[in-house]
Amino acid sequence: MGLLIDEKICDACGICIGHCPFGALEILSGRLAVKDTCRLCRLCIKSCPRSAIMLEEIRQRDIDKPGWQGVMVVGEQYDGVLHPVTRELIGEARVLAGETQPVYCMLIGGDVRACAGEVLQYGVNEVFTYENPAFNYFIADVYANVCEDCILKIKPNIVLIGATPLGRSLAPRLSTRFRTGLTADCTQLGIKPDGDLIQIRPAFGGNIMARIVTPRSRPQFATVRYKVMQPAGVVEKTGRILRMPVKKQWLASGMSILDVYRMPPQLNISDCDVLVVAGRGVKEQKDIAMIEELARLLNGQMACTRPMVEAGWVSYLRQIGLSGRTVKPKLIITCGVSGAVQFTACMEGSECIIAINKDPEAGIFRVAHYALVGDLYEIIPRLIQNIEEGLHASK
Amino acid sequence: MDIVVCIKQVPAASNVEVDEKTGVLKREGIETKMNPYDLYALECALRIAKEHGGTVSVISMGPLQARSVIREAYMMGADTGYLLSDTAFAGSDVLATSFALSQGIRAIGGVSLIVCGKQTTDGDTAQVGPAIAEYLSIPHAAWVTQIVSVDETGIEVRQTLADRIQTARLGFPCLITVEKDIAQPRLPSYLKKKETSGRLVQVLTLQDLPDRDASKYGLEGSPTQVEKVFPPGSNIHREVWRGDKELADRLYGLLKEKKHL
Repeated sequence: MGLLIDEKICDACGICIGHCPFGALEILSGRLAVKDTCRLCRLCIKSCPRSAIMLEEIRQRDIDKPGWQGVMVVGEQYDGVLHPVTRELIGEARVLAGETQPVYCMLIGGDVRACAGEVLQYGVNEVFTYENPAFNYFIADVYANVCEDCILKIKPNIVLIGATPLGRSLAPRLSTRFRTGLTADCTQLGIKPDGDLIQIRPAFGGNIMARIVTPRSRPQFATVRYKVMQPAGVVEKTGRILRMPVKKQWLASGMSILDVYRMPPQLNISDCDVLVVAGRGVKEQKDIAMIEELARLLNGQMACTRPMVEAGWVSYLRQIGLSGRTVKPKLIITCGVSGAVQFTACMEGSECIIAINKDPEAGIFRVAHYALVGDLYEIIPRLIQNIEEGLHASK
Repeated sequence: MDIVVCIKQVPAASNVEVDEKTGVLKREGIETKMNPYDLYALECALRIAKEHGGTVSVISMGPLQARSVIREAYMMGADTGYLLSDTAFAGSDVLATSFALSQGIRAIGGVSLIVCGKQTTDGDTAQVGPAIAEYLSIPHAAWVTQIVSVDETGIEVRQTLADRIQTARLGFPCLITVEKDIAQPRLPSYLKKKETSGRLVQVLTLQDLPDRDASKYGLEGSPTQVEKVFPPGSNIHREVWRGDKELADRLYGLLKEKKHL
């Protein structure tokens, strides 16, 4: 397996070298050579004006694509209360399924009767419930056993799982069990006529998006974060609930739960309507106070980017991004945020995005509705002053 | 007790950008470092080994240049290091990567505990840890924030699942993925660097693994394919304002107009 270079055609023009994100191509004594940093991303193949680069053929496995139909959502609930990401996944599943394909939802828990009724009104054709007191607690391999049973019985083409702490722990176990593909944190989904799922997500740790497909295996697994997709609308219930038997052997695991407690309600920036975000343009820890002050005046919360958490200036609870939370507030003001895709992918659904950055080329301006090219140290203090004076005047 | 920590070499900065006009990737010199989340995993393993006895191995997959992150792990106190490196592994997605790592761990043998960082900063998927556990048919706990206790037969951990804190016991062998707050990583030590400068990094190729079926690795063993990469979309309804202080006044006006004030 690897890249093949047709030396009769290749004229060592070097165009491909500029396209390689991994620095894996070089010209050695007048010939194009591939280094071991190659990750077979195939960008060079597409860039070559002479079509001199090829991939060694992959053995195609025969899969029975028509044997896998419909879209299944793995629902998530705690103590009989449905996680809102499930409704969003059902909304997306209905779009992907269109008029002809069924939408399924499976629910695992101690008592999921209320959730099952709720899920039906979101337009699901069949809800599969698996109930057992052991399912009150999350053990990834036990949940994977249950999901495996449902997937084997239904054979869905696509399985959508919420990119929550639970979903992100369960999904990779499950996709590995089926030896199939899983794409994490998709920001957009689509479907091809042959049922292949088009999965779009930030990639390569750079400012690039990737379109990913799983053409050779079924089912196709994807996780989607909370607050990314549109929640399903309520429709007349036409679907049905099927109570599924639970087998004892599924409950066996080398892991046991000793204790569970609910944390006192803590800040969740995903639920805030207004966020003011501190990025690397905030130079000193003490300046965080200014961002907090603006957030307070706007009845919102302060949030931040990953470098702020790594520097230890702000709690990770306030971090937006692929290693933090996804947000969709009514108003978001970013202060000195450069806008890496890992960040923008997790806030671009916000209703109004105001970005302040000195660099007119900053990536954040791609998603901003209002791009303020200027110094946050000039703008924020004066804005705070304006607001305070305005409050004073209105009293 | 033998502990294995999975580590990865990642780009030091997210500097891969696409020129929107030409579609060409803009690449500054690619500097690399150990995935920052793996430092917490390694620190956690070193502390368990120190307190309860045992060895700490690190395993990584990548080109030969990734030996440098294994050396870095030696400087922090890891005992042995393995690098899965073979052209057969090139182009691996999550499934093929976790299969190769699980095979590497089988090749090492006798492992009680596998510790992974919560995710990498380049892929950001958080999938490889749980997938390794599935391949090895062992239990796993993700998002571990605290090690409660360790004994001969297992480990008790605390994990955070949204608003719930779950305390669980996992019998050995098992896998955990740890959060950033679990333990403050030590800095690489100069003494350790000198001490370990001659220590080998064991390179594992396909031939060294229990399962040598090449179709399960690399591109061929990867069910997902990247069809295309492209720059993130732009918001077309965008207003650009330039200036400094006067922008504060305009912004104040906008916030009032939108009834946020």
